[in-house]
Amino acid sequence: MRPLKPFAVLALAPLLVGAAKPTLVPDVSQRTIDIAYSFTGAELLLFGAILYPGGRTPGPDDKPADIIVVVRGPVQSVTVREKRKIAGIWMNADSLRYRSAPSYYAVASSRPVDQLLDDRTRAIYELGLDSLQLSPASTAPIDEQNRFAAGLVSLKAKQGLYVDVPHAVEIADGVLYRARIQIPARVPVGRFTAETFLVRDGRVLAVATRTIHIRKSGFERFVAASAEDRSIPYGLTVIAMAVGLGWTAGWVARRR
Amino acid sequence: MDVYLPIANLSVNALVIVLLGGGVGLLSGMFGVGGGFLTTPLLIVYGISPTVAAATSASQVTGSCVSGVFAHFRRNGVDVKMGATMVAGGIVGAMLGALLFRWLQQTGQIDTVIALIYVVLLGTIGTMMARESLQSIGAIRAGEAPRARKRRHHPLVAALPLRTRYYRSGLYISPLAPLLLGCFTGILTTLLGIGGGFILIPAMLYLLGMSTQVVVGTSLFQTLFVTAAATMAHATGTKSVDIVLAALLLVGSVTGAQVGVRLATRIKPEYLRLALALMVLIVAARMAIGLGWRPTDLFSVDVT
Repeated sequence: MRPLKPFAVLALAPLLVGAAKPTLVPDVSQRTIDIAYSFTGAELLLFGAILYPGGRTPGPDDKPADIIVVVRGPVQSVTVREKRKIAGIWMNADSLRYRSAPSYYAVASSRPVDQLLDDRTRAIYELGLDSLQLSPASTAPIDEQNRFAAGLVSLKAKQGLYVDVPHAVEIADGVLYRARIQIPARVPVGRFTAETFLVRDGRVLAVATRTIHIRKSGFERFVAASAEDRSIPYGLTVIAMAVGLGWTAGWVARRR
Repeated sequence: MDVYLPIANLSVNALVIVLLGGGVGLLSGMFGVGGGFLTTPLLIVYGISPTVAAATSASQVTGSCVSGVFAHFRRNGVDVKMGATMVAGGIVGAMLGALLFRWLQQTGQIDTVIALIYVVLLGTIGTMMARESLQSIGAIRAGEAPRARKRRHHPLVAALPLRTRYYRSGLYISPLAPLLLGCFTGILTTLLGIGGGFILIPAMLYLLGMSTQVVVGTSLFQTLFVTAAATMAHATGTKSVDIVLAALLLVGSVTGAQVGVRLATRIKPEYLRLALALMVLIVAARMAIGLGWRPTDLFSVDVT
């Protein structure tokens, strides 16, 4: 039994270290976001507490911890196209397909992410718009892939679908944190995740995840589902509405 | 007032869309066209994707045509046999157009093709209409009676086999000619979301040589059914018809169209045609600039 002892200690080591680490208790203001007729976007409040071992609060001598929150939408397979001038006309020329680009991605932090973590750690946790794992379905040269990735990110950022807000996370007394994140109206529906990362000394100390569902509700849900699943009655309804409105207007005008 | 469009997946100002529909309706009532050639580009400029814009503006044209078709029926101004032949071709064309649309979407060229067709088609027709209306205005100014053009069909049309009689149009021609014409406009309806009246009417007059009393009514008859077929083709194919957007556009356009019809009676037809020609040329020029100008975003993203 004797030689095994050091191993037993080693096996316990992560648990011991884990116990000395702070943990996160995160929450979000809304677990579901309903898209209804007047939906113009939403503001999501992510907040929570950092629990330090032994219930103590960090003193003035302790190194301050930082918080990074990431909200991520369902992944999509997308084709990015680049326009080029061909015979005097700007038209789509080259294209590159990505198997899993997030449909929505927002990162907020208490300090700029690139000051908190090195490139490798950011790539592992996909923290920051330049660290997204887009999985291009291509064997194109690396500079071309980078050009397309940059094009995709800047276009999505312009649409408000990729957001990077450094300094948006406020930490009160080193314990309570909160961040506001804007969800634009053209957001896709589906299962979103809100991840919170506790960072100190260039290392991620704790991660916690909450799920948010964004869905169309009521009439909007009915319309979207009808258009998708019952397309023939849907099309006929649109035509009937057009004919009905056109006929009514003509009838009203003739009566006067 | 913001309203969320469930298919276009974005929120728009309802008032702006109703006014946009109303403006297009006013012009369509004045000039007797469907107005799709204005709706699609305007919706694209507003930020709605070209697919949803083309798919939805077809249904707006349906609504704009209805009261016109009824009015022409009351006047006995529709050649139903000719109209039915063109509708048959138009439905085939709408379905071909849907296939073409999907293929162009996959290759990423749909936006360029829509813009190019607009430039070529509207540029040509606008120029022809402007020249013709300027000539007749000149003739009126000079005090001459406008020359009546001799009615005859194009020699190519006369060469087609299987002739049949179209009594209301005063024609004895092969049904293949209107069938092909209908098919061609059907393709354009699905691709561009336009009714195609401004192509159909000159073609019916100058290629088929139809009697002028039934040209407008028959063209509206064909547009009504073919835009409905195009709406169906989009609803089942691209699934991009937005019923909320269509309703907003229709409320504006059917009202505007009635006002436009009344306004049109106060203006000389030659000047109306010139105004329409200039408008068509402006849209064509705007599209041409869009093609040649370096776009602000070189990249575009499609969900596949």
